[in-house]
Amino acid sequence: MPAFPSQTVGPFFHFALTTDAALGCLAREGARGERVHLVVRVFDGDGQPVPDAMIELWQADAGGKYEDPEDGQEIVPDPAFCGFGRLATDDCGVCRFETVRPGRVPGVSGALQAPHVNVNVFARGVLWHLFTRIYFAGDPANDEDAILALVPADRRETLLAGPDASVPGVWNFDVRLSGERETVFFDV
Amino acid sequence: MTSYRRLDPGSQPERLYEAYRSTIQRNPRKPLIQIPQTLSEVTGPLYGHNPIGETDNDLTRHHAGEPLGQRIVVSGRVLDEDGRPVSHSLIEIWQANAGGRYRHHVDNHPAPVDPNFTGAGRAITDADGGYRFVTIKPGAYPWRNHSNAWRPAHIHFSLFGPAFVTRLVTQMYFPDDPLFPYDPILQSIRDPQAQQRLIARFDLDTTEELWALGYRWDIVLRGHEATPFEE
Repeated sequence: MPAFPSQTVGPFFHFALTTDAALGCLAREGARGERVHLVVRVFDGDGQPVPDAMIELWQADAGGKYEDPEDGQEIVPDPAFCGFGRLATDDCGVCRFETVRPGRVPGVSGALQAPHVNVNVFARGVLWHLFTRIYFAGDPANDEDAILALVPADRRETLLAGPDASVPGVWNFDVRLSGERETVFFDV
Repeated sequence: MTSYRRLDPGSQPERLYEAYRSTIQRNPRKPLIQIPQTLSEVTGPLYGHNPIGETDNDLTRHHAGEPLGQRIVVSGRVLDEDGRPVSHSLIEIWQANAGGRYRHHVDNHPAPVDPNFTGAGRAITDADGGYRFVTIKPGAYPWRNHSNAWRPAHIHFSLFGPAFVTRLVTQMYFPDDPLFPYDPILQSIRDPQAQQRLIARFDLDTTEELWALGYRWDIVLRGHEATPFEE
């Protein structure tokens, strides 16, 4: 039997899926690594904010370890870190996560990947959720990342979070669902 | 490392389905970029959530009184494409009340709110992938997608499975709903067989005498890519 079809999350998911504000904080006090406030903004094809999207994050801890038995690396997971985050966007199409910059994890043929956060985007009008990645602008490892290398050079910037110009530790990432500068989404 | 079979796009909704108007400005025009699966995609959260409460899977017991509507039991198993159970995995559901109204500030459909019904539930699958919810049958409700648009009765399901790539958010429908042909959300799945997968079946065996109607719905998540080492 083939896997089942997806359907939109619709506009009314909040009271079931995003009641727990703690899911916005992946790194509790004492978590290892560089603390990052990740501000995710979601826009539609007209450049309008999307006030009813849900963003889910999944990432490794600062040591590059996923909290999952499938990750067989001999690295002790950070007990103050939870790799999963989930928030709804607010009326301005924005949600704010607190996390750490992930460590590098092995990728294709064992070569290390650049630090990245895996992202699922759900919304009314999105019948099948969209999958993308957040990389960190200026990270020297980006140049050798095998997944980024699959993305046409002129679209790679859509996958980069940038440091906020005024607040240290804040990184901004825009999800553009459609349009000229739409975000790169992946088929995995 | 485990890897997962790629989804056949024909088994899924069309992302840009103009009859569902909101898809037009909210979906990419450029093709998705295919990438290989790495540890990032084949790992996933165990639940990332608080522990499940005793009545979380019984939506009729979340308030002092009982909600209005037809009491139903929705149960089934979560399986992968090879029929293996997906055990110890989180399922979240949400739905409208019997009058077709959501407990949500954006829903202004002038049907009554039921003070005894919130409409959100959670369960963890057992060792055989089994799950069970007690709830009431949701009503159909109107929306503004097109003239005289009504959604067929449905329950939203959110499932994690073992990996970030097995994530599934979908909707369960009830058999023989006359609204199916008019619903662009269901019709966005072009393959009639794939549409049928989202429709639960009435089941006398799980119907509880003098108490509740039973519906069965087994859910299939992405399965492992076959390797020479597997049977």
